[in-house]
Amino acid sequence: MNYVIIGNSVAAIGAIRGIRKVDGEGHITVLSRENHTAYGRPLISYLLGGMVEEKRMPYLPADFYEKNKVNLLLGSEVVAVESPASRVKLASGETIPYDKLLIATGGDPFVPPIEGMAGKEKVFTFTTWDDAAKLKGLAKDINRVVVIGGGLIGLKAAEGLNQIDKQVTIVELADRILSAAFDRTAGRIVAKKMKANGIEVLTEDTVVRIDGEGSEITGVTLKSGDFIPCDTVIVAIGVRPAASFLKGSGVEVNRGVVVADNMETTVPGIFAAGDVAEARDFFSGNKNPMPIWPDAYIQGDVAGITMAGSSQEYIGGLAMNSIELFKVPTISMGITNPEAGDRYEVLTYQDLENYQYRKIVLENGLLVGAVMVSNVDRAGIFAGLIRDKVAVAPFKEHLLAPDFGFVHLPREIRSTLFAPQGKAA
Amino acid sequence: MKRIYSIEDACIGCHLCEVACITEHSRSKDPVRAFLHEKVRPISRCTVEEKDGGVVSFSTNCRHCDEPDCLRACISGAIQKDGQGVVRMDTEQCIGCWSCVMACPYGAVQRNLKAKKANKCDLCPDRENPACVDACPNRALVYKEGSQK
Repeated sequence: MNYVIIGNSVAAIGAIRGIRKVDGEGHITVLSRENHTAYGRPLISYLLGGMVEEKRMPYLPADFYEKNKVNLLLGSEVVAVESPASRVKLASGETIPYDKLLIATGGDPFVPPIEGMAGKEKVFTFTTWDDAAKLKGLAKDINRVVVIGGGLIGLKAAEGLNQIDKQVTIVELADRILSAAFDRTAGRIVAKKMKANGIEVLTEDTVVRIDGEGSEITGVTLKSGDFIPCDTVIVAIGVRPAASFLKGSGVEVNRGVVVADNMETTVPGIFAAGDVAEARDFFSGNKNPMPIWPDAYIQGDVAGITMAGSSQEYIGGLAMNSIELFKVPTISMGITNPEAGDRYEVLTYQDLENYQYRKIVLENGLLVGAVMVSNVDRAGIFAGLIRDKVAVAPFKEHLLAPDFGFVHLPREIRSTLFAPQGKAA
Repeated sequence: MKRIYSIEDACIGCHLCEVACITEHSRSKDPVRAFLHEKVRPISRCTVEEKDGGVVSFSTNCRHCDEPDCLRACISGAIQKDGQGVVRMDTEQCIGCWSCVMACPYGAVQRNLKAKKANKCDLCPDRENPACVDACPNRALVYKEGSQK
């Protein structure tokens, strides 16, 4: 069997391990347009901020590819998938045949056309090691930065720049930052902390023009009419599934590459996993791109096992984020912004002075979402309760307690999890 | 592989498993030094939970899952499975993002806030039996072969 994997991040790694669980011998070729072995992509903001050294960037033990008999081809961008001939075409013109193909290309930063942007030197996106290295290399020529977009990538970029003493302004179109992952209160806590650290956060506004002379930036003009002086702009509006090379391949691409529960696309033998894929959501069953690290790994695992001829069921994507900004840890998972009305029951505890916040979202007696700020210990217990659809109503008053644990759960559950005669035995 | 299991009815809530774990993971391996004199006191990898003033108690610990959620969530690659199936945390590689804390359904990864590193059970590689198991005065912790999804 000849497996080809396009992409070399966490979904690809999950897939390599998934294939090898079933097939120890088949040929695996990994094609990456980048020039690094797999690295901790979310670590790029730590690298920029000087919190992580280059040598800590590799995500895998040095012998991983060799041990798993993977032929890794770096700097190899795929420009087309020729599905009738079962081969992929590289930018170099070379073609590579496959029996089973996995698309794990992740996301590309979305950069909208902005007046004045063309020809400006210091306009960046922030999704790759090279992006971070470029910014770091230019650091002494950077003083003031405007970050367009107050999502995860924008905020982590802002934090990294702040750590190397750059003055940063975040401009966010919505009325609050981190609106996708967080609820309003958690977003407010983080915004407060960012402002306290000298980052300017502007909401309900956007950059309409990048001003400057030649390749130099002198500032940006906002929709509100305000002018923010700066020499560098980072565009962090969002990422889109990196699927444009699939044009003409017959693979159905909606917002992402549409996949069944075994991660197979609409073309048999071609699979997709990770940020590029549009898989089933855990709650709604609707297909959504879900750019979440652990989910990408799990999708890769399912794809790999299926490609190798075994079967594995995908339980559906469950959004979860653990983000620490300016020493305030936050964890959110599942449904964090429930619609108003009686479908959901929401329990909260807050002590905003001390950056403490906890929120629990229930639906029909089941846990469907949680937000934790500062005290995030044992947050994963909630993830387990969500996934296993445990009836939490009988002990829901304990869910907000900082020492919530298995002792508050029915005895059968903890016996199953920890006792010798449980599922463990 | 061998794993640590917990027998709730036998647990007397003495927390000696935690003391033994902290001691084993200290520099000196001496409880008094570990608790009083070492710069950073290790965090216990097992957690004793109690209710109703100790009427209910039991020790929770890492399951060393076959498919660990912590490993899948780790963004730095600090968590890897070794050849024996033990789920190991490389604290040098850990960046303290707490993704493993978010993912572990057993609540078995701890935050060491002083070191800003995540902590987890390593099954005491220098010992025949894990320290917590040996320390338990009522055999509420057993170390035996078993599987774990």
